Amino acid sequence: MSKTARILALHGGLLAVLLALQFVLPAYHHGNLARIMVLAAYAIGYNILFGYTGLLSLGHALFFAAGMYGMALMIRLFGAAPAPALLTGVVAGALVSAALALLALRTTGVAFMIVTLMFAQAGYLTVLYFADFTRGDEGFVIKAADRVLWGIDLGDPANRYFAAWALFSICLGFCLWLVRAPFGKTLVAIRENEDRVRMLGYDTYLHKWAAMVVSGTISAAAGAVYGLLFGYAGASFAAVEYSILPLLWVLLGGAGTVSGPFIGTLLMFYLIDIASGLTEAYMLIAGLALVGLTLFAPQGLGGELRRRLWKWLP
Amino acid sequence: MTLLETRGLARHFGGLEAVKSVDFDLPEGEHRALIGPNGAGKTTFVEMICGRIAPSAGRVFLDGADITALPAHRRIRRGIAYTFQITSVFAQLPVRENVALAARRRLKGQALEAAVQAALRQVGLAGTGDELAGTLSHGHQRLLEIAMGLVQRPRLLILDEPTQGLSDGEIDHFKRLVRGLKGEITILLIEHNMNVVMELAERVTVLESGAILAEGTPDQIHRNPAVQAAYLGTG
Repeated sequence: MSKTARILALHGGLLAVLLALQFVLPAYHHGNLARIMVLAAYAIGYNILFGYTGLLSLGHALFFAAGMYGMALMIRLFGAAPAPALLTGVVAGALVSAALALLALRTTGVAFMIVTLMFAQAGYLTVLYFADFTRGDEGFVIKAADRVLWGIDLGDPANRYFAAWALFSICLGFCLWLVRAPFGKTLVAIRENEDRVRMLGYDTYLHKWAAMVVSGTISAAAGAVYGLLFGYAGASFAAVEYSILPLLWVLLGGAGTVSGPFIGTLLMFYLIDIASGLTEAYMLIAGLALVGLTLFAPQGLGGELRRRLWKWLP
Repeated sequence: MTLLETRGLARHFGGLEAVKSVDFDLPEGEHRALIGPNGAGKTTFVEMICGRIAPSAGRVFLDGADITALPAHRRIRRGIAYTFQITSVFAQLPVRENVALAARRRLKGQALEAAVQAALRQVGLAGTGDELAGTLSHGHQRLLEIAMGLVQRPRLLILDEPTQGLSDGEIDHFKRLVRGLKGEITILLIEHNMNVVMELAERVTVLESGAILAEGTPDQIHRNPAVQAAYLGTG
């Protein structure tokens, strides 16, 4: 099989398995997997900036929340239908990431992490400050009647699963295409050696800016869909935890691999799910898993797969 | 016709004058060597030409146009290619992708693939395309740098100590390669190996303490007492 055929078979196979699982999973895991697929889409967005471009952001909750609130406030304040509300969320994420990228990319390394973190905190505080509209910490529910998209009730578990799968498929397919396109290859080269890329005649600032907008827009799409599918928007999604989580998922699954974000999100979700059934200190178990990962598989599970088995893994 | 021109080009690092007001002309098509003792300011000088560092004073002209204010990537797009003194390939990427990155601004698809193969063959690295660049020997990484320069089809190719760390056989190959570019590409070559300079350069510029000490044919430079003094320290 050619390299391209293998790549398509692997990722197509993953999507087919996820689609088929919808008919066999018990209700609890069925609901979990829908959630995981939406969060994995968020991780895919994060991975484009972190895994492929080499920029470690600690502020992606800002983009996730921009999508979620862009969508949810349209419904709450203006009574919009789900489709234009979703679109508003995505556009809000694109605008916020475009503006933040202009500022944050003036810095590099640790300063970039701090600047993104601070802006995301400012976003979180903004959500709390305008509690009249956002209901702050408490958040607000999006009523079942407002969650019917083109006649499809997204509150229904089967529809919700399918919608989550659709979002995940689009993001996975887009990411696969992107990293094999010239633009994606240039991003990888920037991650490896930015100075050299500049001296090959590329505008590296523009490339990094575009990568951040793509990454932020995908994150916002995930945030908007998450709010719509699960019927809730709250300030906790704008908090620092939601900036750290995609980083952990991507590290666990394999930074700079297309399927890694899904693997990482799936494992971390169930790790926390199982651990929290055993002890209240469940984050300790998640922490130990990450320590083990750094020791034995520093490139994440996807990275190890690529190193040991499938050199062609994109 | 003059391809590259600098006027009063200077660079200070704090109190240190690395390059002092250099006027330099390089006619189109010429193969010019830039030599000088360590610390003479050679690398600083070419880095100002290709835009890696900003000059403290002076101007750079390419083909008559003032490019002093242009960022590095826009100068590269105007036809300057620069190979790094300290090997700077993409170690984690395949050799083929290293060259493709250099070529992708102007080519795609089949033409890109063909140009990559041709450049690798030209420097004697055919057959290494799938290896990771970091696994190549130091000498081969130097050759890969040159392939990345050539595949851009530059008008001006700046080679910063290309033969450093190459074996005798590889140096012979390099000399043949550069001779084959006569009439195609203008070359500015920083080189310590006098043998290579004498054989490849049509003219030589000697830089010492940030200023031009002498300029002439390899023979003239060879006989120049000031140059001998600078190199041997007997002045």
